[in-house]
Amino acid sequence: MQERKLAVQVQPTDNVASIFAEVSAGDVVEVMARDGSVESIPVHEAIPYGHKLALRDIPSGGTVLKYGESIGIATKDIQRGDYVHVHNLDSARARGDWKE
Amino acid sequence: MADMFFGYMRPDGKVGSRNYVAVVPSVVCANEVAEAISNQVMNCRPLLHHQGCCQLPPDLERVTDTLISLACHPNAGAVLVVSLGCEGTDVDRLLEAVAKSGKPYDIVRIQEIGGTANAIADGIKKAQRLSMAISGLQREAFDLTHFVMGIKCGGSDATSGLASNCAIGYVADKIVDQGGTVMFGEVTEFIGAEHILARRARTPEVGEKILRLVDAMETRAKSLGCDMRKGQPTPGNIAGGLTTIEEKSLGAIMKSGSRTIEGVLEYPEMSAGKGGLWIKDTPGREIEILTGMAAGGAQCITFSTGRGAPQGFPILPVIKICGNPNTYARMSNDMDLNAGLIIQGKSSIEEVGEVLYQKLLRTLSGEQCKGESIYYSKSMDIYCMGPVI
Repeated sequence: MQERKLAVQVQPTDNVASIFAEVSAGDVVEVMARDGSVESIPVHEAIPYGHKLALRDIPSGGTVLKYGESIGIATKDIQRGDYVHVHNLDSARARGDWKE
Repeated sequence: MADMFFGYMRPDGKVGSRNYVAVVPSVVCANEVAEAISNQVMNCRPLLHHQGCCQLPPDLERVTDTLISLACHPNAGAVLVVSLGCEGTDVDRLLEAVAKSGKPYDIVRIQEIGGTANAIADGIKKAQRLSMAISGLQREAFDLTHFVMGIKCGGSDATSGLASNCAIGYVADKIVDQGGTVMFGEVTEFIGAEHILARRARTPEVGEKILRLVDAMETRAKSLGCDMRKGQPTPGNIAGGLTTIEEKSLGAIMKSGSRTIEGVLEYPEMSAGKGGLWIKDTPGREIEILTGMAAGGAQCITFSTGRGAPQGFPILPVIKICGNPNTYARMSNDMDLNAGLIIQGKSSIEEVGEVLYQKLLRTLSGEQCKGESIYYSKSMDIYCMGPVI
């Protein structure tokens, strides 16, 4: 039997979920929501254990939400099923490199 | 019946979970002597640090204050101060505070007694007397109003905020509800989550203070004109799936539980007997925060990790609770508890929280933690604000 690929959506408004399995492109991840419901999403690329996938399309400049709160700003257009990490998500805090 | 633990009553009314002779160097230059004495005499623990000289006066005062809180910590049944003789810390004030606590103490003065070898010989004799003087003390039963818990998460990954921190939060609520005191800190890891903490403050003034603390920390982080990433989150956090400081912070605050935040404690400030949930003004790095928690009077620290943080403190048991089941399997000699069961859906947060709570009561009563059992104990330094000059 193939191991289930599970991810956790912490709050209903979250547009990313953390995956607790190693996944490859084309794998279908089962995203569990707080209310116990499960949504299946095919992933577009390999995602390491503990890292995030997008649950919805997020435009460049859009807010990425986890725990129902902002965890930063998308730096590229992100599609549902994409891997979300430092290559497409930037912090908006403690940015000494940003001009006021 | 109230939950109890077995500890050592001190003359000032505080209760220890351990019964050590704390060997306290007044300055970094006394570390060698303090360590040599501790190696020779049973139950001695050296509080090695790197401060106490060529610092601005507010930092020197902070170092003295911190050493006083550590020397007066109830896990130190007796204290041996090791002074070089030309340090910037206030040794007289330190000795006065220790005398006032009522515990047995003594001092070794390196320059006055004629150098390192003489100081070590003198210190061994003095430490031996202190060690024997407290060796017959017996544990007695106390309720949790006598307990201060320090909380820390280190080497975090994506499991920390969903598993191990949540189990600690469950325990924090239980302790506060029984009249105990709980401290959490790591102000850097409030950035992006401070509005949630401010809403939990006892008064609007405390809420304002939390926001000011975070603003000061963020301003400090921005002062070098770069992105904070790699400093916070660390490369290990990023490899573990935490992308931004906001994401790390939102997971980090889970370990504070859900109770009202009573106020903010200064870094050297003792919290024993205050009761309730408090913020300790500390940075995120282990060595400085463990010291801040010890200075606050914590008799045990519950420490959450995902990547596998092994740190320990000289006079405190540190319970390691690991949110990542794979790390737990790899590092089970360092990790006390597996909160990875939550991630795997095999246990609930409450179930792992109860296991942690029972381990905590046993640890306070003398049971060893894994790091403690192999003397992993040198994660200590004092958090200073100004430059070395």
